[in-house]
Amino acid sequence: MGKVMFKHHLNVVTWESTAAAIDARIHSCKGSRNTAHHFFFQVMETERTGIARAAAMQASPHCPANVPQPSSEEVTSGADIISTVEFNHTGELLATGDKGGRVVIFQREPESKNEPYNQGEYNVYSTFQSHEPEFDYLKSLEIEEKINKIKWLPQQNAAHSLLSTNDKTIKLWKITERDKRPEGYNLKDEEGKLKDLSTVTSLQVPVLKPMDLMVEVTPRRIFANGHTYHVNSISVNSDCETYMSADDLRINLWHLAITDRSFNIVDIKPANMEDLTEVITASEFHPHHCNLFVYSSSKGSLRLCDMRASALCDKHSKLYEEPEDPSNRSFFSEIISSVSDVKFSHSGRYMLTRDYLTVKVWDLNMETKPVETYQVHDYLRSKLCSLYENDCIFDKFECAWNGSDSVIMTGAYNNFFRMFDRNTKRDVTLEASRESSKPRAILKPRRVCVGGKRRKDDISVDSLDFTKKILHTAWHPTENIIAIAATNNLYIFQDKVNSEMH
Amino acid sequence: MGEEEGLHQTPFLDTMFVRGLKRKCFDGEEDIEGTLAGIKAIPSYNLQRQSLLDMSLVKLQLCHMLVEPNLCRSVLIANTVRQIQEEMTQDGTWQMINTQSTGQASLDRLVSTDILCRSSRDQAEGKHVPAYGTFNKDFENDQAQDSSDTMSTASAVQAPRNLQSSVWEMENPQENKGNFQKSLDQIFETLENKSPNSVEDLFSEVDNSYYDLDTMLTGMMSNTKMGHCDSLETFSSSTNTASNSNCKSDLNDLDHIVEILVES
Repeated sequence: MGKVMFKHHLNVVTWESTAAAIDARIHSCKGSRNTAHHFFFQVMETERTGIARAAAMQASPHCPANVPQPSSEEVTSGADIISTVEFNHTGELLATGDKGGRVVIFQREPESKNEPYNQGEYNVYSTFQSHEPEFDYLKSLEIEEKINKIKWLPQQNAAHSLLSTNDKTIKLWKITERDKRPEGYNLKDEEGKLKDLSTVTSLQVPVLKPMDLMVEVTPRRIFANGHTYHVNSISVNSDCETYMSADDLRINLWHLAITDRSFNIVDIKPANMEDLTEVITASEFHPHHCNLFVYSSSKGSLRLCDMRASALCDKHSKLYEEPEDPSNRSFFSEIISSVSDVKFSHSGRYMLTRDYLTVKVWDLNMETKPVETYQVHDYLRSKLCSLYENDCIFDKFECAWNGSDSVIMTGAYNNFFRMFDRNTKRDVTLEASRESSKPRAILKPRRVCVGGKRRKDDISVDSLDFTKKILHTAWHPTENIIAIAATNNLYIFQDKVNSEMH
Repeated sequence: MGEEEGLHQTPFLDTMFVRGLKRKCFDGEEDIEGTLAGIKAIPSYNLQRQSLLDMSLVKLQLCHMLVEPNLCRSVLIANTVRQIQEEMTQDGTWQMINTQSTGQASLDRLVSTDILCRSSRDQAEGKHVPAYGTFNKDFENDQAQDSSDTMSTASAVQAPRNLQSSVWEMENPQENKGNFQKSLDQIFETLENKSPNSVEDLFSEVDNSYYDLDTMLTGMMSNTKMGHCDSLETFSSSTNTASNSNCKSDLNDLDHIVEILVES
């Protein structure tokens, strides 16, 4: 099929478990304390590094017939590092952006009754170059082509649309499928050349004939020159007509159809740049109220703004800030309190924030403190100075809600990611790596030991690999399918036994 | 990159910080004697704090050459530096350092965010001053004299005015050996190797609002891979960020600059 361009180069793992195996797992689940909650994810892994090489191989005429498949130990170029992951509103499509400015979209195979265990697999649907490296001549600086964020637009017709942004420019891409083409033109022949008119003796009506499915991606809008600083987030409004883009100091409101102007709705740039002490780190529109949005700051505060109050929303409607814990105070307190990601819950009642060591759930009605705080990797608290030295303390981890807002997920180091169940208060640490994720395997919970008793398979804090960081994660909007970006690999895990939401 | 090594390098620092700072905070509420007791109890606390300050200042300097540095990171580091300096001021250790200098110091010279990113050229222009926070007025005058030929005085001095030159000297003694004449040569060398300062001056008519302290704060220079001619050619054909009219006026400015440089 034409649409699955690189399938043969991808290490797509399909799972084909039998009913007996599922029963066995349920039994083991009941026995073990850690998996009492219900998430035991199976591996549906897609290896992304193959894509770049596959494209290169296909382009080269000298490519030998039997090209060895790239192994996971090969050093990959920085351009393949995944920088954002996002499901669309139905979960059918999954988009990833990378450091090289490329976007790869995966599509979920439709479930069929014939092969019930082969369903739900994500295959490559389309790949395109979204952003190119640019050079700002006036500042003598390069503008990175790295895709910072991708946000899908709600689907309004047969086409899919998404916004992708690098540091400076946001682009609206339209993704369409073509599976028919007209044949039988009167004036042109099959190759498109003009016919000799003397040969045309009768007129025919062109008919649409089926063809191999082609996915076409076209840039429909380019929203440029809106930002002096680096764009860190974009968010589509629930009105489906506007969206906002936020950089370090300003937030702009755009209309999706208008590219030559945008409205500045937040500006925290001080009159004197020497007085700058706080920057915007993330922002998002409320999922239901098209007038509300939130933005987070490097000082750990959230500001909920109402666009109806004034044109420039510098005065927040509500300020969410937790007072500092004096017993934990250090020179790094401010840095670790900087919020790296903020996400509204699907219900719109809560906000989820991620700072360096914790994830916090905030109730929109309570501004004084979060309603829930979860420790992601508190064992790093005593290592902050080292992490400051090697810059890891500035890593920006993202966070995600599941579809029912009952579980939250975020990434950590050593390719670990963490999930917290808000109802049972249980949490689990899982690992996204080739070694521990065989096909159809259930992810084993991991543990980091700080000292004292060390169980088998525990990892000690000092042997954590800080180059393997999971910054970007995404959760399917309705099902228990998660996408984890581990440097240049994309892992897709599915909880098959408990597909229904709780 | 050696994150693991990095972790092992400063385990002592980590534990020192955790313990030392906790005790410090606790004692800080009480009187001075309590504070001193707190300091004395961990005698190397000041040393650790000093090394954190030095590390932070190095981080502020080491900005990427080609790509704009991360503003959030810079702000966080600058805030950390400010925090340390404020604490050192309260301790009295800040004053101790300053009294060793020529006496030009003042508490106003706390780190400003202007120094968040500095080009290595600016560092080369800095003169050696022994203490934190002092600013050498002689240096300012030198800069003004030499630069008046090719650049407007006001803007050229603007960058060094905010420079805490002593700091850079301590961290990069080699680079500071370059004198101002050498940096002038660098200007003449290639047009694209310009610092934000000179860009500001050269294109000041194009868009004034664009070149305010934004450029100072976020702009990093130079060392681009493009050749001399490439930059001129692509300048005329670039449509990414500038409108056609801007390109034309920029080209005219470029011609003007080339004339000036060639003449001098």
